[in-house]
Amino acid sequence: MAARIEMITMPKWGMTMTEGKVASWRIGEGGDVAPGAEIIEIETTKITNVLETPSRGVLRRQVVATGETAAVGALLGVVADSSVPEAEIEAFVAEHSRRAVEQAEPSAPAARLVKVGASDLNVLSMGQGRGLPVVLVHGFGGSLDSWLFNQPALAEQRTVHAIDLPAHGGSPITDVSGGVPVLARAVLAALDTLGATKVHFVGHSLGGAVGLFIARTAPARLASLTLIAPGGVDPEINLDYLRGFATADSRKSMKDVLGLLFGDADKVSRDMVDASLRYKRQDGAPEALQALLGAMLDGDRQRGSLRNVLMTPPVPILLIWGTQDRIIPVAQAQGLPAAVAVRLFDGAGHMPQMEAAAEVNRLIGDHIQASEG
Amino acid sequence: MPQKSMRQALNEALKQEMRRDPRVIIIGEDVTGGAGTGVDDAWGGAFGVTKGILGEFGRGRILDTPITESAFVGAAAGAAMTGLRPVVEIMFVDFLGVCFDQIFNQAAKFRYMFGGKAVTPLVIRATFGAGSRSASQHSQALYPIFTHIPGLKVVIPSNPYDAKGLLIQAIRDDDPVIFLEHKIMYDDLGEVPDGAYTVPFGEAAVVRQGKHATIIALGRMVTIARQAAENLAQAGIDCTIVDPRTTSPIDEETILEMAGETGRVVIVDEAYPRCGMAADIASIIAEKGFDGLKAPIIKVTPPHASVPYAPSLEAAFIPSVAKVEAAVRRVVGHGR
Repeated sequence: MAARIEMITMPKWGMTMTEGKVASWRIGEGGDVAPGAEIIEIETTKITNVLETPSRGVLRRQVVATGETAAVGALLGVVADSSVPEAEIEAFVAEHSRRAVEQAEPSAPAARLVKVGASDLNVLSMGQGRGLPVVLVHGFGGSLDSWLFNQPALAEQRTVHAIDLPAHGGSPITDVSGGVPVLARAVLAALDTLGATKVHFVGHSLGGAVGLFIARTAPARLASLTLIAPGGVDPEINLDYLRGFATADSRKSMKDVLGLLFGDADKVSRDMVDASLRYKRQDGAPEALQALLGAMLDGDRQRGSLRNVLMTPPVPILLIWGTQDRIIPVAQAQGLPAAVAVRLFDGAGHMPQMEAAAEVNRLIGDHIQASEG
Repeated sequence: MPQKSMRQALNEALKQEMRRDPRVIIIGEDVTGGAGTGVDDAWGGAFGVTKGILGEFGRGRILDTPITESAFVGAAAGAAMTGLRPVVEIMFVDFLGVCFDQIFNQAAKFRYMFGGKAVTPLVIRATFGAGSRSASQHSQALYPIFTHIPGLKVVIPSNPYDAKGLLIQAIRDDDPVIFLEHKIMYDDLGEVPDGAYTVPFGEAAVVRQGKHATIIALGRMVTIARQAAENLAQAGIDCTIVDPRTTSPIDEETILEMAGETGRVVIVDEAYPRCGMAADIASIIAEKGFDGLKAPIIKVTPPHASVPYAPSLEAAFIPSVAKVEAAVRRVVGHGR
């Protein structure tokens, strides 16, 4: 039985988020709210995203107005049945807007290094539950920050490990000139260390190629596979992005390159640009990216093809793609057997897990649930 | 990511660069850190930054000198020009007065005077700043003097992450760099990667972004500005904070962009007000960003006076959180 009055609070998207701004309310006071409804658009230093509510009822109060900033955990709004008297709502708001701010610093989970043979991988783990764990693997030059809007939602049901690939994010810079097979081996070794023998694998872009490679070489490790704009399917890929990211060394050049990732280039925030530059300015990082590109590319095309894995899927596969993807063409999602569930997002670019987070989270959750039977 | 102090971050930068490049050496007073105790490396230098370097690299690469700044800064400039990459430690930036000729007329001019055929990869590290009850001759923020001289690069880190990356960049740079560390920030903690990385010169950090006012601050004043911004946020005033990180070169583009976004600018500078960085940055904005301004630029600096020794007076001398808050409220209220 749900509480009589439910709170909508400022979410914590990513480890560094301490506050967010209410960019707009999608539902007005007095409007009906159902689980999964997009209720508030929230702006953080990283990106703007839509908050969904699990509650059902009527939005009785917008406690924080459009344009205002509130700390993580602060009370933003109140949902209750229309039968709850006004005075009770009033008292609830008065009590909780004070208390929520006092409790606004929930202890954030911290990423840690996990042993992988002679080296380490940086892993952020969240959540718990009886089901098999989920593993999230980012794309070329990316990091576990790619899953900012997905990991907390997926972690409500089960353990979710977001992994930084070798020579990416917070993982040490190691030799990645072996390409996808080397990355896949490292991810599997990290999962061994984590005690995750079988997982629901979610891979974005290069991480998708890693997932396809594991599906081909070690399908017993996978309970399901979700691919978001995956690499490795067909040869075509945007070299301006790959080479641009590998060589960008200023805010301007990095911002232009990162803009290619999104349907709307304005989604690129200063934090995103700075984080990418910080990563690139580690000793050895640019060289590692170049070596990885060397392994991934054959001239101006992706080397090898993992399409055959999709043609005879060894595990349940969900394929997600943005129709405005400027890195890997959405056309690669065509010509697949009915066994592969394909979902396209209108207007999204190469980052649908950020651009349409709520819907992508729901799809992944359903896919995982269905795969476990 | 591991939490490290500013002191540890700088120590790591020195060690990693000394391992990477045998031409990197350290010169300074008691940099081996045990003078008078009879024990090598007893405390790792006056501020503990060079701890452990003697043991790892030996006396061939870390040289204690007499109290003769003019001699060893000159020697380091010559060594830099002839192939080494010296890192000089000066206990207090105030003491550089005795070697202005070596810095201003020699090191800063070599590249120019020799038509680009000579380079001077010299780093001069020194502590600066008030707040440690060290009196007038050990408490100044003299970076504007060095910023004034063409041919010098001037770096003022405000946190451990930047300190490590900027020091590595300084050591790899082929020009003389004045690298200034606030003496009461050595124990400040922050996330610092274990591996080597660089932070480029001339790229300001945008510490936070808000729509009402832009605070520009350097070194320890970034900490003061952050506290002020947090207090102001409670009152619904959102501030941007820009940390130029280097005063030469200076990132005019980011300063102008961030000043223009709010049109209301406060500059917090621990240096004296006349010909200081606040005055310099204000002039850049007034000249190149005038059309974006909605209020007069306010400078928050100490008075034009020597740093007092009396604790109460020293506290009154340093720009405070309250003064920054008041200045922001003034620019935000202007014309409304």
